[in-house]
Amino acid sequence: MKTMSRLYTTLIFVFLYAPIGILVLFSFNVSNSTGVFMGFSLDWYKELFRDSATLAALKNTLILAVTSSVIATVIGTAAAVGIDRMKNQYVKGALISATNIPMMNPDIVTGISMMLLFVFVGGLLKLDNNLSFATLLIAHITFNLPYVILSVLPKIRQLDSQLPEAAMDLGCTPMKAFFKVELPAIMPGVLSGLIMAFTLSLDDFVISYFTIGSGFETLPIRIYSMTKKRVTPDMYALSTLIFIAVLLLLILSNVISAKAEKKPKKK
Amino acid sequence: MKQRSLLQKCLAAPHMVWTVLFIIAPLLFVAYYAFTDSEGAFTFDNILKSLEADYMVIFFRSISLAIIATFICLIIAYPMAYAISRAKPSAQKIIIMLVMLPMWMNFLIRTYSWMSILEDTGFINQLLIKLGLEPVHMINTSGAVVLGMVYNFLPYMILPIYTVMVKIDRRLVEAAHDLGCNSFGVMTKVIFPLSISGVVSGVTMVFVPSISTFYISQKLGGGNFDLIGDTIERQFQTAYNYNLGAAISLILMVLIIISMAIMNKFSDEDGGMVV
Repeated sequence: MKTMSRLYTTLIFVFLYAPIGILVLFSFNVSNSTGVFMGFSLDWYKELFRDSATLAALKNTLILAVTSSVIATVIGTAAAVGIDRMKNQYVKGALISATNIPMMNPDIVTGISMMLLFVFVGGLLKLDNNLSFATLLIAHITFNLPYVILSVLPKIRQLDSQLPEAAMDLGCTPMKAFFKVELPAIMPGVLSGLIMAFTLSLDDFVISYFTIGSGFETLPIRIYSMTKKRVTPDMYALSTLIFIAVLLLLILSNVISAKAEKKPKKK
Repeated sequence: MKQRSLLQKCLAAPHMVWTVLFIIAPLLFVAYYAFTDSEGAFTFDNILKSLEADYMVIFFRSISLAIIATFICLIIAYPMAYAISRAKPSAQKIIIMLVMLPMWMNFLIRTYSWMSILEDTGFINQLLIKLGLEPVHMINTSGAVVLGMVYNFLPYMILPIYTVMVKIDRRLVEAAHDLGCNSFGVMTKVIFPLSISGVVSGVTMVFVPSISTFYISQKLGGGNFDLIGDTIERQFQTAYNYNLGAAISLILMVLIIISMAIMNKFSDEDGGMVV
């Protein structure tokens, strides 16, 4: 039974990692083929660092992911605190359901619904190019918000509601009580919401595809337009580098959390 | 305390405004475009057109491919999630990390990479020829589209089922064994009913993106297997018939709401059984 389940798990991982193995392999290909391996070279990595359009797209993607995830985290954390305190259950339920719509709806519907809004409003205001970085940013914040709220809300529910009251009794202003008492207590939820929003934004293609304007390109959009014709292996090289970076980050975070777990035992 | 309650009200306000402006309003625009013509006059034409035979074929194909992909994901993921939940806690962490890792790579490029594996001159066929076997035509078939869906969305099935399974009290399994249940009985009478909530969320998380995808069918189906997603994408990006596109999107949303309601009914019934 044990060897069976091990064999099974291995087979699934072969399936999950086969295309990744292929693209890592072809990122080292001598020729520009993504089908036949002709020999080892690092040419595509050199090519990648000369490809200014791809590097610009990477930069845009990072800027968008940072701004949208930070804004979504600020709005979302405040909203989660506000939602938790709401007295009117009806409003509370309605707001939570509405918040979850982008999570339940297919990405393509979220994308086209926002596109229609922007096109309509742009038409009313007679803007020439009504899809731009701003529309993309709005779209990303919108689909990030439910994930932030969903990861912050349970942390607030665990929080003792008497704590901020105690802080205020001891002379804190409500503002100070929030930043000194509540925020540190819900910080793990805020951080995981931020990280989730960041990665979602980094990886989003479908919603960006419908809300992006001309003159601005994110990496997934660039990859999409390249895969319409032929992908050159420098995209594979970039993916390999991203893969290695994520792998290192995950190993690092695991090592840190493993160390943190060991510490209390030593005492 | 009055001051505090005022502050609390303000906290959710930006999000409320945001929700109305960018979640509710866009959906109303979908409905508006779906029920108007290009001049803005009210009409049922778009909805009627989306229900014509040409589009019904596409709806039917999307639903069946999505159901097949979801079913295969469930069959593959369930034993996998079970195996992970039985592993050592330290191993569990690493395996879950490995399940999630591919999701951090751009899904377009991973799907594109499947093309080099499945092509007529691709990786698998090169291997088959070397082994002295006949090459198999795989790319641009409905099987390849389903494979793309299963590949891309499998982690969404494994993770929720695993999360539920790992919480199942081991003592329940032991108790069932002590009371004379065989392994099969333990699986069907104890573990499966307790894991049903994970199965339901996994099924939704695979079914929704599968039924609405357009990239996978474009690349691995070679444009021969138009899905709902492809049809919507075409109306918005090449045909510029927003009204028809909105109507098809509206029908897609209704389809998804109906299937989720059916799913929830299932889980409620089974949940009731457990209690």
